[in-house]
Amino acid sequence: MTTHSTRRHLLGMLGASGVALGAAACGSSDPFEEDQEESEQGGSGGSDGGGGDGGGEGGDLVVGSQAYYSNEIVAELFAQVLEADGYTVSRQFQIGQREVYMPELENGSLDVLPEYLGNLLQHYDSEAQNGTAEEIHSALEEDLPDGLRVLSFAEATDQDSYTTTSAFAQEHSLSEIGDLAGVDEDLQIAANSEFEVRPYGPEGVSKVYGVEVSVVPVEDSGGPLTVQALTDGDVQLADLYTSDPAIAANDLVVLEDPESLILPQNVVPVVTDKVDAAAEAAITAVIDQLSPDDLVELNRRSTEDQADSAEIATEWLTEKGLA
Amino acid sequence: MNESPLREALSWLSEPERWSGPSGIPMRTLEHFGYTVLGVGVAAVIAIPIGLLVGHTHRGKGVAVAAAGAARALPTLGLVTLFALLLGLGLTAPLLAFVVLATPSLLAGAYAAVESVDPATVDAARAQGMTGWQVLTRVEVPLGMPLIVGGFRGATVQVVATAMLAAYVGNGGLGRYIFLGLGSQDYPQMIAGSLLVIALALVLDLTLLLIQRLTSARGLRAA
Amino acid sequence: MNWVQDNLGVIGGHTTAHLAQSLPPIVIAFALSLPLAKLANRMGWLRSGVTTLSGLLYAIPSLPLFVLLPGLLGTGFRSPLNISVALTLYGLALMVPAASDAFRSVGRDVLSSATAQGYAPPARFWQVELPLAGPVLLAGVRVVAVSTISLVTVGGVLGVSSLGMLFVDGFRRGIVAEILTGVVLTVALALFIDGLLVLAGRMLMPWTVGKEVRAA
Repeated sequence: MTTHSTRRHLLGMLGASGVALGAAACGSSDPFEEDQEESEQGGSGGSDGGGGDGGGEGGDLVVGSQAYYSNEIVAELFAQVLEADGYTVSRQFQIGQREVYMPELENGSLDVLPEYLGNLLQHYDSEAQNGTAEEIHSALEEDLPDGLRVLSFAEATDQDSYTTTSAFAQEHSLSEIGDLAGVDEDLQIAANSEFEVRPYGPEGVSKVYGVEVSVVPVEDSGGPLTVQALTDGDVQLADLYTSDPAIAANDLVVLEDPESLILPQNVVPVVTDKVDAAAEAAITAVIDQLSPDDLVELNRRSTEDQADSAEIATEWLTEKGLA
Repeated sequence: MNESPLREALSWLSEPERWSGPSGIPMRTLEHFGYTVLGVGVAAVIAIPIGLLVGHTHRGKGVAVAAAGAARALPTLGLVTLFALLLGLGLTAPLLAFVVLATPSLLAGAYAAVESVDPATVDAARAQGMTGWQVLTRVEVPLGMPLIVGGFRGATVQVVATAMLAAYVGNGGLGRYIFLGLGSQDYPQMIAGSLLVIALALVLDLTLLLIQRLTSARGLRAA
Repeated sequence: MNWVQDNLGVIGGHTTAHLAQSLPPIVIAFALSLPLAKLANRMGWLRSGVTTLSGLLYAIPSLPLFVLLPGLLGTGFRSPLNISVALTLYGLALMVPAASDAFRSVGRDVLSSATAQGYAPPARFWQVELPLAGPVLLAGVRVVAVSTISLVTVGGVLGVSSLGMLFVDGFRRGIVAEILTGVVLTVALALFIDGLLVLAGRMLMPWTVGKEVRAA
C-alpha cells in the first residue's frame, strides 16, 4: 500500500475535492475553526485574503513524507486535514533521505513534511547538544534556513532505543541501558548501519554508560527482520523505534535512558512559508492530539493489518473528530 | 560532493586504520570474496550439469533458455528482501539470491560450450567407440572449456557487484562500507567501498580470463 | 493476496514509473551502440579498449552509481533521470560488445560484393550490413532489456518510484505479498518487453523466423 504514486493521487484528488467541499460547508459550525480563520486573516493577511471566507479556497500545498510507512501515515493525516480545510494537496510520499527532501523543502518543491526533532536538528547541526524536546525545538527554530519553520511538536515520539527481550532483561536484571555494563557476554545490537556513527551508537553508549556493543546492520529500520534477530537470539539488543508495535507484540523491554543519550524524536511538522495560519492550525490540531499510543496504533494498523495509509489516517481523524 | 569525492574516497582508503581489524578492508574483502565464491560455486553445482546435459542431449533447450531468461529478469534486491523475511537473518537469504543471479550465465556457458563442438568431431569420437559419457567428458567438455569458463566470468562479475546486498540483511562484505556510507551520508566511504568492489571484480575477472586463455590453448592442442 | 487488491493504484503507479525509467535507456543504449561498435571495429585498439571498459563498467555496483550520478550530472537526487543515465551506461556496457560482434559476423566478402553491386556506403549499411547483423543485435538488445528492467528496482532504496519501492516498503513492514508482487511484476514486465522485441524482430527480419540467435 503505502507507496503512493502521482497517478493515484491525481485520481485521489478528484475524490478529495468532493470531501473538501463537504467539509467547507459544515466547517463553520465549529467555533474553534472560526477562531483560526480570523487569526489567519490577521496573521498572514496579504494576497490570499479571499481564502478566509468559507475555507473553500485554501491554495495548493505539497505534502511530502520519508520512505518510512509511519512517517507516511502522519503525512497522510496532515494531507487529509488540509484537504478538509479546502486546500488542494498533492502528495510526494516515500522520499528516501533527509539529504534529498530537505533541499526540496528549501526550494519550495515541498511545503509540509513530518519530521522528528532530534534527527532534524542533527541534520543542520551535527554538533548539536542533546537536550529536552523543548530545547531541541527552540534550537531548531534558530537553525532552520530562511523560509522554513517547525510547528509545535507532538507528544508522540519515535526515537531510537536499546531494546531487548524480557527474558534477557530478566536474566541480567536490566532496566536501564547502564545495566548492560554488568552483562558478561559480547553484546550485539541489530540496527540500520548508520547506527554505527550516530552519537547514541557504540561510541556514545561506551562513553556515557560504559557499555560495549557491536552493530549487526539490518537495513529495515527496525522492521520485522531486526525484531526476529532479537527474538531468535541472534543478537541481544535491537535499535527499535519506540513507536514500533512489535515492542508490545513481542513483550520486548525498552531500556531506560536516564542520562539522555538518545535524542528525543517527537513528531514535528517542518513547513515552508506557503503554509499560512489556517493550514498551520489544521496541522497543529493533528499534532495536539497525536499521543505516543496513537502513533503505535497507527503503525500497528499498517504493519499488522496491512492497511493503506490513507485509510488509516481517515479512521484516526474521524475518531478524533478532526475530519 | 563538490570537492572531488573521488579524492576523498582515496584518502579514506589510504588511512592505515582502515586496513586492520574485523571491519578492516582485508577482512571485508575476504568476506565479499567468500560470498561470491559460495554463490557462484553453489550455482555451478546446479547449473553446469544441467547445461552440459542440455547441450549433450539437445533436449530441453527451449526450457533451459526460457528459465535462464526469466532468472535474468529476477530483481536481486527483491529476492534478498523476500528470502530474508522468510528465512531470517544470516547468509542463507542473500546466498540464495546470488545463486539465482549466477545461474543463467553458467547454464548458458555450459550448453553453449557443448554445442560449440564441431559435430564432425563428436561423430568421430562416437565412431571410435566412445560412450556418451566419454564423448561428454573427453571431447565436449575439454573443447568447450573456454566457454564454460566464460560463463563463470559473467556470473562472477555479476555476483561480485551485487554481493553488497548481503550487508542489507546483517552480513559483512564490502557492502558494509556502501550501506554505512549511504545511511550516514558519508559518500567518500561509499565510493571507497565501490572502488574496492570494482577492484575485486577486476582481479577475479582477469584471473578467470587467464584460465580461459589457458584452457583454450589446451583445447586447441587437444583438437 | 488481499494486499494486491487493496493497492492496485499504488502498484499501477510504480509499474508505470518503472517502464518510464527503463524504456529510454534500452532505446538509447541500442541506438548509441551502433555507431560506437562501428567505430570500435574500425580501430583495433579501440575495440579492446571498449571490451575492457564495458567489463569495468559492469562491475560498478548499481546503488553507488545511482547515488553519485546526481553530483556529476547536477540533477536532483530523486530525479528518475539519474537512474536512466546509469542504466544507459550499463546498457552500453552490454550492447556495444554485442553490436561489435554483430557487425563482425557479417562477412567481408558479402560487404565487398554489395559494394561491387553499386551500393553506396550509407545504403550498404542500411540495406545490407544492418539487416545481416540484425539477429545478433536483437539477441543483444534482449539481454539489455531484461537486465535494465530488473536493475531499475535498485532505485527503490533511494526512494525513486519503481517496483523496487515495493521491496523496500514490504521489507520494513514485513509484508511478503508486497515484495512478491514486486518480483512477479518485474519479471512479467521484462518478459513482456522481451516478447515485444522478439515480435519486432520477426516483423523486421522475416527471414530469421525459425532460426534463433543467442547473445554471446
